[in-house]
Amino acid sequence: MNNTFLILKQEYLKRVKKKSFIILTILMPLLIAGVYALVIYFSIKDDTQERTIAVYDESTLFLGEFEDQGATQYHFVPKEEYAELKGKLKGSGYYAVLYIPGNIYTNNQAQLTSEKQLPLELTEQIERKLSRFIENDKRQKVIDESGIPDLDERLNQARTSVRLNTLKLSESGETKKSSSVVAFIASYAMGIIIYFFVFMYGAMVMRSVMEEKKSRIIEVIISSVKPSQLMAGKIIGTALVGLTQVAIWVALGGIGLFVVQGLFAPETAQQMGQSLMEAQGGMNPAMAQAAEPNKVNEILEMIGNLNIPLILFAFVFYFLAGYLLYSSLLGAVGAAVDNDEDSQQMVFPVTFPLILSIMLLFPIAKNPEGPLAFWTSIIPFTSPVAMMARIPYGLPTWEILLSMALLVLATVGAIYAAAKIYRVGLLMYGKKVNLKELVKWLRYKN
Amino acid sequence: MELFEARNVEKVFASTKALSDVSISVKEQSIFGLLGPNGAGKTTLIRIINQITAPDKGEIFLEGRKMTRADISQIGYLPEERGLYKKMKIGDQAIYLAQLKGMSHGDAVRNLKKWFEKFDIMPWWHKKVEELSKGMQQKVQFITTVVHQPKLLIFDEPFSGFDPINANLLKEEILNLRNEGATIIFSTHNMGSVEELCDSIALINKSVKIEDGPTDAIREKYKSNIYDVRYRGQFADVEKALGVQYEIISHAETEKFNTLKIQYLNGNSNNDLIKALMPVVEISAFEEVIPSMNDVFIRAVQNANRK
Repeated sequence: MNNTFLILKQEYLKRVKKKSFIILTILMPLLIAGVYALVIYFSIKDDTQERTIAVYDESTLFLGEFEDQGATQYHFVPKEEYAELKGKLKGSGYYAVLYIPGNIYTNNQAQLTSEKQLPLELTEQIERKLSRFIENDKRQKVIDESGIPDLDERLNQARTSVRLNTLKLSESGETKKSSSVVAFIASYAMGIIIYFFVFMYGAMVMRSVMEEKKSRIIEVIISSVKPSQLMAGKIIGTALVGLTQVAIWVALGGIGLFVVQGLFAPETAQQMGQSLMEAQGGMNPAMAQAAEPNKVNEILEMIGNLNIPLILFAFVFYFLAGYLLYSSLLGAVGAAVDNDEDSQQMVFPVTFPLILSIMLLFPIAKNPEGPLAFWTSIIPFTSPVAMMARIPYGLPTWEILLSMALLVLATVGAIYAAAKIYRVGLLMYGKKVNLKELVKWLRYKN
Repeated sequence: MELFEARNVEKVFASTKALSDVSISVKEQSIFGLLGPNGAGKTTLIRIINQITAPDKGEIFLEGRKMTRADISQIGYLPEERGLYKKMKIGDQAIYLAQLKGMSHGDAVRNLKKWFEKFDIMPWWHKKVEELSKGMQQKVQFITTVVHQPKLLIFDEPFSGFDPINANLLKEEILNLRNEGATIIFSTHNMGSVEELCDSIALINKSVKIEDGPTDAIREKYKSNIYDVRYRGQFADVEKALGVQYEIISHAETEKFNTLKIQYLNGNSNNDLIKALMPVVEISAFEEVIPSMNDVFIRAVQNANRK
């Protein structure tokens, strides 16, 4: 036991102190967060490119109505200049030419000409300006004609925007806000993370075994400790490295979530939503309120409504069990071969179920109730990835228990077989091994 | 007193027999040579002693008790195929290996410093193994074998990879260790070092022990009535005088005297030889030839294979 601990400590410290571990652990989440931050930043950020748009207003309704917005400026031009610009924009200094026809009131059409592909944001902005002006104008006319004094206010009150909130009925009859999109993303991410971890750390164990065998230090080591202790120390030590990494990521994720929540706290978000609306050109406040009630917070709430304790528990369980299963098998492969080429040949058949499960991850996450999802999450060699992909959707307890029980059984069996192969293989040099040979080793005595 | 004993050890791998009914016993504070041709089963026996593999039959004893798992901290093993963790600093590595043999961190550091200084490699304490020369790595490996002060040391070809100077240093250290109380099992194909170091030996051939006992006694046993005779006179006279009673193995002449190597046939005695030679030449020296370990090895193995 003492020896197992020494080996465990050695393996753990060796890896945790490595530069690559620190880089991966700290930089990865920062990188991911950074990419998301950039995407969000660019989508929220005002368009800063300076553009001047020439406007020829045939209808003469909009003179003075086009306020400059952000970096986009509107410049009204007479008909002659418009005709000229329409033929040749280059060198004029204008980004685009807007033509508002005289019949816009009845036809609801205008024309924007440019040499470039126009950004969606710009066209939407202009559309909004035009529609809103005409709409408000028509509305005012109706109000004036009707002679009803507070019609304006009453119409405002009648304005309605319905949002569809999806709820999930739990077994106890509670309802929670859920989102199938959030569950899908969570399940897909879980599956990938498990795959990544099991593969990465399993391969780490294998390389570590191979290194000891190749450098021939193995004979000295196993004259001090039992091969089973060596293997146990190695596997547990590496698992702790993985858990350390997860713990750091969870902590960083928690901090990140906290920060995001702070940024998008209800009041701030409301303000932001409003200012956004106002900026987009005088939408009335009632509508603004109805339209943007804090999307970010809602997503956060939906994440919160996933069964986080269950997911975390399942994650740790499937990570550990899947890792134990594959790392013991890969450790046995590392012991059986004595060069890299042979190891690659052996690694593929051993890890095939894992690779298969990641290939099936998309269909599983898309249809978590189907037979494919069911069987892959019950069969032990694919269940670590497949089950993690299903759990965010919520599953019957018996399925989870069955899957876990089978995985534990398979893991115990794999460890037993791997220990035998490991013992025989460690001191076997210069022999090309195949699966048949490995099966023979299983029958060897000590 | 016997420090180590193996009784009737047998081991079969798949279909090949590695050891059949091998017994050896090693006296405390002695150097024991474990000899045999390649593939005879020496390494298997060594691995059984180290409890890397278990024997199919037979038992092993340390200080008269049946050996248990805990006893392996009493053994230091230098395998023939050396190796260390390439990326690890040698100081850390030596401490780790000593701890695996049951030493505390403090004791390990203290003892290691002593040895590193003795072998003049203290400046390399913080270097990685891959930065060291092969000879230096061998020294580190030797130190990690002996640092936990084991009662039983097993050296498998300890001199391979050492230059003559360092080999000599190592030889002295091995003798020192023996004199300080360690018992040593020493496996090698270098018969010269067996003669120099081993108090007793066992010879294994094709999984069977074919010879064992004190080194001197075994060499004595393999004497075959061969004598060196130094004389002054004519070789032709000698040849005539000896006739068919003796077989002349070799003959050499120098300015001062001639040397003759002969084998007695038909149960002649020393006096018979002197009687035959005295009339024709002047005998200046006369000595029975004790076979070298090399000869013993070759003859013992050839005899065994002939059977």
